[in-house]
Amino acid sequence: MNYTNCGNFKCSYEKDAALFQTLFSRICIGAFLLLLVIVPFLLDHYFIYILNMILIAVIGAAGLNILTGFTGLISLGQGAFMAVGAFGAGCLSNRFGLPFYLAIPAAGVIAALVGAFFGIPSLRLKGLYLSIATLAAQFIIEFIIIRAEPITGGVQGLSIDYASFFGVAINDDFRFYWLALPLAVAMTLAAANIVRSKIGRAFLSVRDNYIAAEAMGINLFRCKLTAFAISSFYAGVAGSLWAYYTTIVTVENFTIMVSIQYLSMIIIGGLGSILGSIFGATFLIVLPEILQSLSNMAAGQYPAISQIVGALKEMAFGLVIILFLLFEPEGLARRWRLIKAYWKLWPFSY
Amino acid sequence: MNLFLQLLVTGIVIGSIYALLALGFTLIYKATDVVNFAQGELLLVGAYICLHTTVTYRVPFFAAFALTLAFTFLMGFLIEKIFLRRMIGEPIIAIIMLTIGLSSVMRSLVIIVWGTDTRTFPEVFSQVPVVIFGLSISRVYLYSIFAVAIFLGLFSLFFKKSKIGVAMRAVACDQQAALSMGIDVKRIFALSWAIAAVVSAVGGIFLGNINGINTSLAHFGLKVFPVVILGGLDSIAGAIVGGLIIGILENLAGGYLDPLIGGGAKELFPFIIMVLVLMIKPYGLFGTVKVEKV
Repeated sequence: MNYTNCGNFKCSYEKDAALFQTLFSRICIGAFLLLLVIVPFLLDHYFIYILNMILIAVIGAAGLNILTGFTGLISLGQGAFMAVGAFGAGCLSNRFGLPFYLAIPAAGVIAALVGAFFGIPSLRLKGLYLSIATLAAQFIIEFIIIRAEPITGGVQGLSIDYASFFGVAINDDFRFYWLALPLAVAMTLAAANIVRSKIGRAFLSVRDNYIAAEAMGINLFRCKLTAFAISSFYAGVAGSLWAYYTTIVTVENFTIMVSIQYLSMIIIGGLGSILGSIFGATFLIVLPEILQSLSNMAAGQYPAISQIVGALKEMAFGLVIILFLLFEPEGLARRWRLIKAYWKLWPFSY
Repeated sequence: MNLFLQLLVTGIVIGSIYALLALGFTLIYKATDVVNFAQGELLLVGAYICLHTTVTYRVPFFAAFALTLAFTFLMGFLIEKIFLRRMIGEPIIAIIMLTIGLSSVMRSLVIIVWGTDTRTFPEVFSQVPVVIFGLSISRVYLYSIFAVAIFLGLFSLFFKKSKIGVAMRAVACDQQAALSMGIDVKRIFALSWAIAAVVSAVGGIFLGNINGINTSLAHFGLKVFPVVILGGLDSIAGAIVGGLIIGILENLAGGYLDPLIGGGAKELFPFIIMVLVLMIKPYGLFGTVKVEKV
């Protein structure tokens, strides 16, 4: 929200680099956060469940956007890094009895290390080749998790206890919301801060022209590994949240389809935009739910529809990606900017 | 020894199907610079169309085969015209995501129309295995090796001798030069998609005759990446050699390593090979090395 009267006039670098540039935008963000705090008291469990899924997806998508949108490294392994986080958290809490507030960051760190390891090929490989290497990472991590049965429980996976906070078990949608919301807000704010800092500018320069970036003194290898580590940290946190939410962690929840879904979120939301990750995550979580409820309504007249609803969801998913790429390649974030620009001068927009 | 030979034969059969798929992939990549993540779904659609025409409409197998080829040719052509044509010059992630979107649309269409159960072709090839040097090989295997060899031969002739084939190679080599020589580059783009769809369908039909078909056949589309990386992304010879190598290695790994580690080696092995190739020789066996200049 850049509600300014005339132009974009700033007298200091601090103001130019500020996250929320005007008083109006700060008020809007504050109102939005307030809304997020009030909303769970008004909704029933199903909607809070959707909100929780959105919050988890926002964390994962923001992380992937740092890697793919800002640094330009295409990753098809986000699902696997989430799996590392989920199994990491599960293992830490089951074996060592770590409480969730230690297990979640620790799982993030484990995922970051794994992500940085699988990011090593990025020094040599670019674009397409890198995306294929991350595809391999996805399969290799899945395989290792299935084979490392003593630690991960293999195909059956792990079942973990609900997180408990001073004796209160976070065991329903409403309570989980209060775990997920602060984490998601903090992680998105951190992401927005990362991309406007020195590392963030380095990421952008690597994306736009890595040769020029290297000539200007950016250590490419370190920069790319940092991007992988940060992105996987986000994935790990998202995965461990998922683990605490569902309490049953299996590899099937983190297949290549999940990686593709996260990539679609940032495409639909807008590459290189943290706000876009929020939009994209919301869109792709809400869309299948809408389809589900539509098909539930239609199932009364056409019983056959309930059998193909999975396929219908997948088709809608594919169509949405295609349509966005063809007609709105910069994603919802651009549409949002256009809407804002329109209202900026309303009602005298001519 | 017998196990080894058996695995080898299976490997060659599967490898030849990988080679067909990789041929389609390479063709598209060479001519249009598009990375096709929907190769497996092209295979899936081809296999189901053929199955449908033989089972439901009772068309004889070979006529159904020809019909399928015609249909998939048209389908590939239209996919390029409708979707990929607009994506020319877009960043690589957009193109990757578009083909991923296409793949999920095609896969879900197949599920909606034909369901998810495994279906089998009516017996086209006799079930009695052929015994060669004490090794019994099922007839489907032999036929598919022959058919794939014939197709690959036809295609190499097509690229070497026919006018369109030469034009396709010209476009792949240098688009602007080809354009200025009067080659209709757009038509070549559409044609390469059409041919890629056709070769994938051939692979799908033979796979369907070996194992029956269900939607998991689409996984072959991901296996194509190790093949093309090993062979070199833009080399047709590389696609064929890579396909055979990966097919054989994966079956050997499955046969010898699976009992030791308890399964899964077959699925993973190609990707491990791929990572090794990417680390050591990223442009593959026969690929062109790209030199980047400032």
